[in-house]
Amino acid sequence: MPGLAVDPAACTGCGACVRVCPSGALQMRENRPVVDAALCRLCGLCIPACRAAALSIVRDAPAAAAATECCGIWVFAEQQGGEPLPVAFELLGRGRALADAKGCKLTAVLLGHGVSDLAAPLIAGGADRVLLGDAPAFRHALELACAEAVCRAVAAHRPEILLFGATAFGRSLAPRVAARLGTGLTADCTELAVDCATGLLLQTRPAFGGNLMATILTEHARPQMATVRPGVMRPLQPDPARTGEVLRLPDTAPDRRVQLLRAAPQPPAASIADAEIIVSAGRGIGSRGNLALVHRLAERLGGAVGVSRPLVDLGWADYRHQVGQTGLSVAPRLLITLGVSGAVQHLAGIGGAQTVVAVNTDPDAPIFSAAHYKVVGDSLEVLTALLAALDRR
Amino acid sequence: MRIVVCVKQVPGSSEVRLDPVTHTIVREGAAAILNPFDAFAVELAVQLGEAHADVETVALSMGIPAAADLLRDVVARGIGRGVLLSDRAFAGADTLATSYTLARGIEALGGAGLVLCGKMATDGDTGQIGPELAEHLGIPHVTDVCAVPELVGGYVRVRRQTDTEIQELRVRLPALLCVCKDINDPRMPSLRGIRGSLAADIARWNCADLAADPARCGLSGSPTQVKRTFLPQRRSLAVTLGGGADEQAEAIAAVIREVGACRD
Repeated sequence: MPGLAVDPAACTGCGACVRVCPSGALQMRENRPVVDAALCRLCGLCIPACRAAALSIVRDAPAAAAATECCGIWVFAEQQGGEPLPVAFELLGRGRALADAKGCKLTAVLLGHGVSDLAAPLIAGGADRVLLGDAPAFRHALELACAEAVCRAVAAHRPEILLFGATAFGRSLAPRVAARLGTGLTADCTELAVDCATGLLLQTRPAFGGNLMATILTEHARPQMATVRPGVMRPLQPDPARTGEVLRLPDTAPDRRVQLLRAAPQPPAASIADAEIIVSAGRGIGSRGNLALVHRLAERLGGAVGVSRPLVDLGWADYRHQVGQTGLSVAPRLLITLGVSGAVQHLAGIGGAQTVVAVNTDPDAPIFSAAHYKVVGDSLEVLTALLAALDRR
Repeated sequence: MRIVVCVKQVPGSSEVRLDPVTHTIVREGAAAILNPFDAFAVELAVQLGEAHADVETVALSMGIPAAADLLRDVVARGIGRGVLLSDRAFAGADTLATSYTLARGIEALGGAGLVLCGKMATDGDTGQIGPELAEHLGIPHVTDVCAVPELVGGYVRVRRQTDTEIQELRVRLPALLCVCKDINDPRMPSLRGIRGSLAADIARWNCADLAADPARCGLSGSPTQVKRTFLPQRRSLAVTLGGGADEQAEAIAAVIREVGACRD
């Protein structure tokens, strides 16, 4: 029977697991935690809480898998308007390193209409092979036809790893593909690596909605699938001398159940993802009214305004300003954070910033771990003083 | 037509803090709530139910028995009835096993013309359940639906926000839609709704009721597993800019000048 197991030899009886259990499934009895299997949701929160590593989730012995027959790393190279998206090259950059570590081939999957010319840049970007689906069914990025083409190609070639960019389309397509293939999918990985001993893909992402990272494995199902946010991985320097093979995928018919009637370019919202200077505010800014001062500082510096997720949840700011795991990844020359505590999700979005100045009242706030300059103080006071200091010049 | 809205109970606060002394995690005690993103899907289902006389609305959730309260709350907001999928065999599910279980639930209901989901859950942050559920049901899906969809004949017309454009799509029913935040203004439960919901019969179905394969549910049906959890890597120690607010401001101004960020 699968479930949560306590190793009585390792357990020190400290009770930390009992305190952290959100469902009351752990009780201390005779100085040892006892699991009530009827209440345990196997959420796993107690496992990192245990300093003695006495807790583990026991799984059924897996059915013999054909995992060993699969090989190769695939990257879904999303294109738009006849150009691969930057995230395609970022995935190829990371994929190249993984493929070299495993000693296998790196393949880009390219779907579109009239996109044959894009195979060459993908090869220059690191691919050994491009699987090219060039058909009217792929003129628009629609999930059903693309899922069909990807799943058929996977069935034919059996890759071991399949990666997608976490764009709006990638986040919609990848789970569809994973469900059809009956395999696991890890969303928004910030780090991908290969385990030397097992050859498995180590998929690392922020977890538990808080200040922890989790490394996730897909041990038996294939392919091992993950999405990666744009801007997280680094592309290779394109090498036009690289050679690779281009393989045409069989035609896929369009799926008539979904029809694109019209598309209008989204009103050009200046994206903070490209901003050189960002002033970002978190809950510590105090009130909605204080955001006006944040805007003033950003304007003064010729920069953009970013916010942490709580401000978007409160309705103080638009989602388009949200920095972090579920918002945008930013890479400014200068980032000034005001009252941002720095949850892992937020930190995941600011890794590319060159200089970070963080202001927070709490000297232990996790934001300081990502900062170059640490300012412990009330963000409103510091902000007001900073505006005055800049005005004096 | 039956509209099924999928809802999830999440911790009221997603804050998990690290005890600075013991280095163990401390979960701030907060009651479980309706996943905030799901509130928009619930409101949409209620509105479609009000606009179309032949629409029946059902809220579906997978969770512990206590999640029945969540479904009662959703009924108080105007949903017709609630069904809770609850079984020990469902525990420890990743998105593949969860979406499989929800799909069996929808089939046990007799299917759905339209399935509605929120953008994602605040505790998992994956946004994968909607597309995976649609795949298990063999129906098309649209994510990032950013305007109230129109039901016309056997179709639904939807608008979705992609990374670069707004698309208008015509989708044949049955279909699944994942709706954006702020697509509508979710109502709070009315007094009458609350009174009605107290008497509402929240059905509770287990694995056998769904004729689901236990090997595809919960931990057994989850291909992904957490190998380890750890603290994020720390950058080298930051330089502290000390003093009062004015001194700190001067020091920040100096950093701004240094990186050449001042517009003068």
